[in-house]
Amino acid sequence: MTMRRAAFPIRARWQRDALPGFGPGLGLTLFWLAGLVMLPMVALIARPWGEGLHSGLQAFAHAAHDRRILSALGVSFRSALIAALVDLVPGLLIAWALARSDIPGRRLIDMLVDLPFALPTAVVGITMATLYGPNGWIGGPLGRLGLRIAFTQTGIVLAIMFVGLPFVVRTVAPVLRNLPRDAEDAARILGANRMQVLLRVILPALYPALVTAFGMAFARGIGEYGSVIFIAGNQPFHTEIAPLLIVIRLQEYDTQGATLIGLVLVMISLLSLALISLLRRHLSHGTQGGV
Amino acid sequence: MARFAFAALIYLLMGIMVVLPPVMVLAMALSHGMGAALATFADPDALSAIRLTIIMTVLTVGVNTIFGVMAAWTLSHFRFPGRNLLIVLIELPLSVSPVVGGLVWLLVFGTQGWWGTALERWGHPIMFAPPGILLATIFVTFPYVTRTLMPMLAHNGRTAEEAAVMLGASLWQVLWHVTLPGARLALVSGVLLTTARAMGEFGAVSVVSGHIPGLTETMPLHIETLYNGYQTVAAFTMAALLVLMAAIVVAVRTFLERGQNRTEKTA
Amino acid sequence: MVKVRSITRRGLLHATMATGGAMAFPPLRAWAATGLLNVSYDPTRELYQDIDRSFSRQWAQTHGNSPVQIRTSHGGSGAQARSVLEGAPADVVTLGLAYDIDILAQHGLLATDWQGRLPHNSTPFTSTIVFLVRKGNPKNIHDWPDLIRDGVQVITPNPKTSGGARWNYLAAWGWALRQPGGTADTARAYLKTLFAHVPVLDTGARGATNSFVQRGLGDVLLAWEDEALLAARDIGPDQFDIVVPPITILAEPPVAVVDRNVQAHGTTDVAQAYVTYLFSDEGQKIGARHYFRPVNPTILDANRDRFPDTATFDIASLGGWTRVQKDHFADGGIFDSIYSR
Repeated sequence: MTMRRAAFPIRARWQRDALPGFGPGLGLTLFWLAGLVMLPMVALIARPWGEGLHSGLQAFAHAAHDRRILSALGVSFRSALIAALVDLVPGLLIAWALARSDIPGRRLIDMLVDLPFALPTAVVGITMATLYGPNGWIGGPLGRLGLRIAFTQTGIVLAIMFVGLPFVVRTVAPVLRNLPRDAEDAARILGANRMQVLLRVILPALYPALVTAFGMAFARGIGEYGSVIFIAGNQPFHTEIAPLLIVIRLQEYDTQGATLIGLVLVMISLLSLALISLLRRHLSHGTQGGV
Repeated sequence: MARFAFAALIYLLMGIMVVLPPVMVLAMALSHGMGAALATFADPDALSAIRLTIIMTVLTVGVNTIFGVMAAWTLSHFRFPGRNLLIVLIELPLSVSPVVGGLVWLLVFGTQGWWGTALERWGHPIMFAPPGILLATIFVTFPYVTRTLMPMLAHNGRTAEEAAVMLGASLWQVLWHVTLPGARLALVSGVLLTTARAMGEFGAVSVVSGHIPGLTETMPLHIETLYNGYQTVAAFTMAALLVLMAAIVVAVRTFLERGQNRTEKTA
Repeated sequence: MVKVRSITRRGLLHATMATGGAMAFPPLRAWAATGLLNVSYDPTRELYQDIDRSFSRQWAQTHGNSPVQIRTSHGGSGAQARSVLEGAPADVVTLGLAYDIDILAQHGLLATDWQGRLPHNSTPFTSTIVFLVRKGNPKNIHDWPDLIRDGVQVITPNPKTSGGARWNYLAAWGWALRQPGGTADTARAYLKTLFAHVPVLDTGARGATNSFVQRGLGDVLLAWEDEALLAARDIGPDQFDIVVPPITILAEPPVAVVDRNVQAHGTTDVAQAYVTYLFSDEGQKIGARHYFRPVNPTILDANRDRFPDTATFDIASLGGWTRVQKDHFADGGIFDSIYSR
């Protein structure tokens, strides 16, 4: 969110304001936020400590040694990481096509890119499972070549890549469009070829946007459930993702266990986002302007 | 030549990654002919899943739009201590797994949750009933309106609103006649994003639903039930309907944004 | 610049709020009074589709053409019982094993003597646990010991959430106890080895069938006889064979009316009629058609060719559900200790 550039007239805090509505606006915002987000989140955070600090710590220690929980978190983390990284390549290419090229059908592509974001995850799930399954349009031919995708970790990565793609395109395309051309022109005048311009001038200017895009795709991917469970084999220690383990624990009536995994999952994704935002700030320093 | 290769590469990427899945949904739905596909909707459970999805989506969009407008207004027009924290908290649901978005409500209203026993005595269950589905859907789609609206309001600034206040307009009048018309497209865009996510929500809803056909099954949950019951055609027909709804949302959004770009260019 | 233009013509907010108000919850709750909810376990999807249709036709004929709408939900038996505990408004439960209904009785949802209220211990159909293998039985699996041979992968659902999985587990346990020199220790060792051969634990029997049938996982699926026959005859006629082990467990999935909910919904009569219908000749015949063994001996005899003969033992021989549940499936029980962490 870049909020800084336009909005505020500079003035002291709490000064009387010409605009009405601060009180009711803030009140309503806080009310809704408290009731619909904070209340349940506090329930999540408080739950492990319900029987005292000691038993809470014990529960965490126990979870930290539970191989099944660790491997489920590992599968989610790794798949989201790989998917978000790999997504950068097609995402950047499609963003380029939208922002800098004049290929026919650009407007259609522009519209289609949002589709993975709007498609319900369960639909994505059964579709990917069928498409890449042993008898699917893609899975069938690949299977004859000896490649299995459905019900393996590759399948999980593909499903997360699908839902993550729009985040990359939508973050990178506007930056690419607004990139000042003078640096490119200068580089070209100084005799750089197209590849050099791309790698030395354009790509570095895109780093902050690429990092943001990666972060968004990753955050979406690590918690992804519906699009993954149908194509993942859901085998413990192998293709079982953390959100599925939460659901399994709930069905076993092990609310405590489910809560612990949920809490750790939230912490991982917040921590990753914080790291990414640090990284982006670091990168923006290097380039003029930035995002 | 390079240009041709580039175009071919983009078409290939888009084709495999984005276009193929929805096309396959349609192909699977129609694999036994139109009649078999339409037979899906003769099932009362399918119809009630569609109805529940529509109700949940409408209510979710209503709640999150009212909230989102107020939050965006407050956050973009005023500076106050804790403002940044508030933005972070509002965006929190985006980085929470949908499954957790359902789980957290179980911890409040479930039988093992904070208020579960009290609710049980009262006799109106929230979890495993439509109110729980609503809460989970609201949680998951909470930030979208605020997120899309806030930059637009910030960009528009507050001059016009201040002028309206000088002329004697009330808060409500300012919001309704000045602020929102100025950010109409951002608002609609946020509402459409919320709609798309709300009608397709699966993980959060699946945790709090109870999966009762005809009562607590939304369209995505009903698709799962059909799929597990080997009713492939019905599952994909239902999915095709959702794909269609999603496609409409995306198309409307794109056209609105294009309209806006055009007016901006001519202005 | 900002264009000052109003969007009052039935603005977005108005529209959403109005629609929201008009379509509130009452219509959703209303059916609970005129309809009937049967919360069932996983492999009964096809069975109850038929039963529901045929019962509501019969009910309409005998009750002045006032039709009753029956809905049935499916999932792992334990998970389903828990959703009823959490408030799913079940009028009737038809679960995978008696313990899951006992839990509901313990929480006051129905009388604790529920199992004596209907004939045959409230069990309209029985079943057994059999092996489903790939066509031609390439791994040559015929009996329980074959399951733990090297290179054999076994598919069975999670006993903590699935009724069928508990029957699978107990069938194996009972077989091991019956071997020469069999004790609880040897049985535990057998099951530990068995579960080391299980690559995936789905939460319900249908999920496990999907893993075996559609995902192609495993060499043998431990399954309800009805689920196995459905898969072998209807889903993949040339892909699977059924192997009936020489000895297996007699699975008794019972049914009951949920007293507290039918009183609240005013559905006592129709719920009672529904569970009674399961024991009627039509109900029994429909069951046989879906590969459930009818308890009515005449109808069972008429369908002998559908159900292979095999020796069985029942849950009572293992000490009854309460004890079995506590020893094996409760937190920290035998299953927890054998499923490797």
